[in-house]
Amino acid sequence: MTSFYRLEFEKPLEVLDQQIAEAQSLTAADLLTRDDAKPTPSLTSLRKKHKALLKKIYGKLTPWETVRVARHPGRPQTRDYIEAFCRDFCELHGDRAFGDDPAIVTGFGRIGSIKCLIIGHHKGRDTQEKIACHFGCAHPEGYRKALAKMKLAEKFQVPIVTLVDTPGAYPGLGAEQRGQAEAIAINMMEMSRLKTPILSIVIGEGGSGGALGIAVADRVAMMEYSWYSVISPEGCAAILWKQANEQTNELAAQALNMTSQDNLKLGIIDEIIREPLGGAHRDPAGASDLLEAWIVKTLRELKAFPIDDLINNRYERFRKLGSYETVPLIVEVPSQESPSPKASS
Amino acid sequence: MTRAPARTWTQLKPARRAAIPEGLWLRCPQCAKMIYRRRMEANLHVCPECEHHFRIGAVERVQQLADSGTFVRMFDDLKPGDPLKFTDLKSYRKRIVSEQAKTGQLDAIQAGELFIKGRQAMVSCLDLRFMMGSMGSVVGETITRSIEHATARDLPLIIVSCSGGARMQESGLSLMQMAKTSAALARHDNAGGLFISVLTDPTTGGVTASFAMLGDVIIAEPKALIGFAGPRVIQQTIRQELPEGFQRSEFLMNAGLVDRVVSRHDLRSEIARFIDYAGK
Repeated sequence: MTSFYRLEFEKPLEVLDQQIAEAQSLTAADLLTRDDAKPTPSLTSLRKKHKALLKKIYGKLTPWETVRVARHPGRPQTRDYIEAFCRDFCELHGDRAFGDDPAIVTGFGRIGSIKCLIIGHHKGRDTQEKIACHFGCAHPEGYRKALAKMKLAEKFQVPIVTLVDTPGAYPGLGAEQRGQAEAIAINMMEMSRLKTPILSIVIGEGGSGGALGIAVADRVAMMEYSWYSVISPEGCAAILWKQANEQTNELAAQALNMTSQDNLKLGIIDEIIREPLGGAHRDPAGASDLLEAWIVKTLRELKAFPIDDLINNRYERFRKLGSYETVPLIVEVPSQESPSPKASS
Repeated sequence: MTRAPARTWTQLKPARRAAIPEGLWLRCPQCAKMIYRRRMEANLHVCPECEHHFRIGAVERVQQLADSGTFVRMFDDLKPGDPLKFTDLKSYRKRIVSEQAKTGQLDAIQAGELFIKGRQAMVSCLDLRFMMGSMGSVVGETITRSIEHATARDLPLIIVSCSGGARMQESGLSLMQMAKTSAALARHDNAGGLFISVLTDPTTGGVTASFAMLGDVIIAEPKALIGFAGPRVIQQTIRQELPEGFQRSEFLMNAGLVDRVVSRHDLRSEIARFIDYAGK
C-alpha cells in the first residue's frame, strides 16, 4: 500500500497505516520470539483507531475536499462498476456516423437480475486509456452514440442506467465543428421523452452540460463524495475570482453548492447513495454493492408506473426546478399628500 | 437646511442603452470607419458601411421584429432570488440589484406575443446587457413558460439567443434550466409546433447546448460567435491557433449546424417565410 495515492487531509492516517502494516507483517514465528518487554498494540485496537480517525476526517470534509475525493485515481469508474455488476456485459460501440468515443461506454448488461442498458462516462485507469478517453471528456460522437443506444433500449423497453463521471464535455476544435452543443441539447430533449425508465447516478464528477447530456432521468442520485455543478470549481474561480488557486478553488467549491448534500437540498437529485467509510476508493467492492442495491431497488420501483405517467413525472421533475420570486405588478397610485412638482416650484 | 427628498424606486431611471457608448459618432469595430450613431440605429444597429451587426438589447430586438405596436409582454413578473446566497468578489444579490438599476429589467429576458408581417407568434429574447444574458432560473422559467404558451395556443415559437451561458451564481439550478427548456421543447415538438431559433452574437455555453440548438429551423446573424466552449478555453486545451472565423455563423453553417445565415435586415421576412412554409 506504499504507492497508495494520498490526499493531504488524509495525512493523519499515515502513522496508523504504517503501524497496521507492521503488525500485519509479523509472522507467527515473530510472535513467538518477540521481545515481550516492549508490547506492540494489537492489530484490532489499531484498526479500531484507524476507523475512528477515518470517520472523523470524512465526517467533516469541506466541499473542495469532496471534489478531491471525487477525483481520486483509485475511485471506481464506470468500467469498474460494470465489471462488478455484470458477468455478461455486451458492449456496443460507435455512433454509426463518425466514430466510437471511448469516453462514453454503452452496452447491455444485467444489474441484479434486471436487463439494462448501461451508459457511462469513463475516464480511463492507466495513462494510455486516460489519454484515449480524454480524461472522461466526451466528444459529440460519444453523446450521439449514447442516444443511438438509448433509442435501441426504448424500442425494446429496456431500462437505462447512466453513470455520470466527467469534468465536462470536451472543449476542442473538432468537438465544436461536429456540434458539441447540438449533441448535448438533442440528448436532453430526447431523454425527456424516452419511453423507458431511466436512472442516472453521478459516481464521481458531474461537470455541467457534459454530465447533464446523459443525466435527464426519472431518478437522479449522487454517490456520497461526488460533485455535480454548472461548472468546475477551478473554472468558476478563474472567472469570478479572476484566478484559480488552492484558496479560490476552495471558495468556489463552497459557493457553488456542489456536494451531494447541497444538491439534495436544492431538489436537483432525489437520493444520496452512501459510500463505504473513507470513500469508494478505499473499498470499491463495497461501493459497487451499495450502488447495485440502489439501482435494483429503484428500477423495481419505477416498473410499477405506466410509461405515460413515468414520462409526465419526468417532465414535472425537471419543470419545477428553479428558484425565482414573483413581483406584484406595480400600479402607481398618485399620493394626495405629496405636492406635485409644479406646486412646489 | 433642506433634506434631500427620499429616493423611491420609481425615481430610479435606468441608464439609457448602457451597452452602447454615448456620443453622436462612433467607430465601427469592424471597418474602423466613423459612423453617425443615428444612422447606424436607423439601420437596425447595423453599420451602414460594412454590415457589421452591433449587439442590441432585448427591447430593441423586439421592436425590430414586431409589427409596430403588436408586442404584448408576458411573464414579466419574475425576479431572480438568491437560492445559494452566492458570493464571489461581489454578492449575487448586489450584482442583481446593480444590473437591474443599469438595465431597468428584472432579468435577462423579454417574452411575449407579437405579430411579424401579420403572422402571430410567441417570442422570447435574451438580453445581453443583463449579466451577459446568462441563464438562471428566471430566464429558464420564462423560456419554458413561453414554450408551453406557444404549445397551448398553437403559435410558432421564436427564441432569439445571445448569452454567455448558464449563470454560475445559481449553480446546479442554472444547469437544470437546460434540461427544463429542452424537455418543454420536446413537448412543443410532440404537438407539432414550429420553433425558429435565432442565434445572435454571442451565443455560448449552456444556452447553445440547450434550446438554442433545438430549433426546427436555426438561423444565425452574420459573423455571430456561436459555440459550446469559449475560444479561450479551447485554445488553452488544444494549445494551437484557432482557424480564422472559428465558431462564427458562417463556420457553423459550413459545419452543417446552422440552416441559414440571415442579415438583420431580412430577419422579419425570413421568419415570416418560415412560418408560411412550416407553421400551422
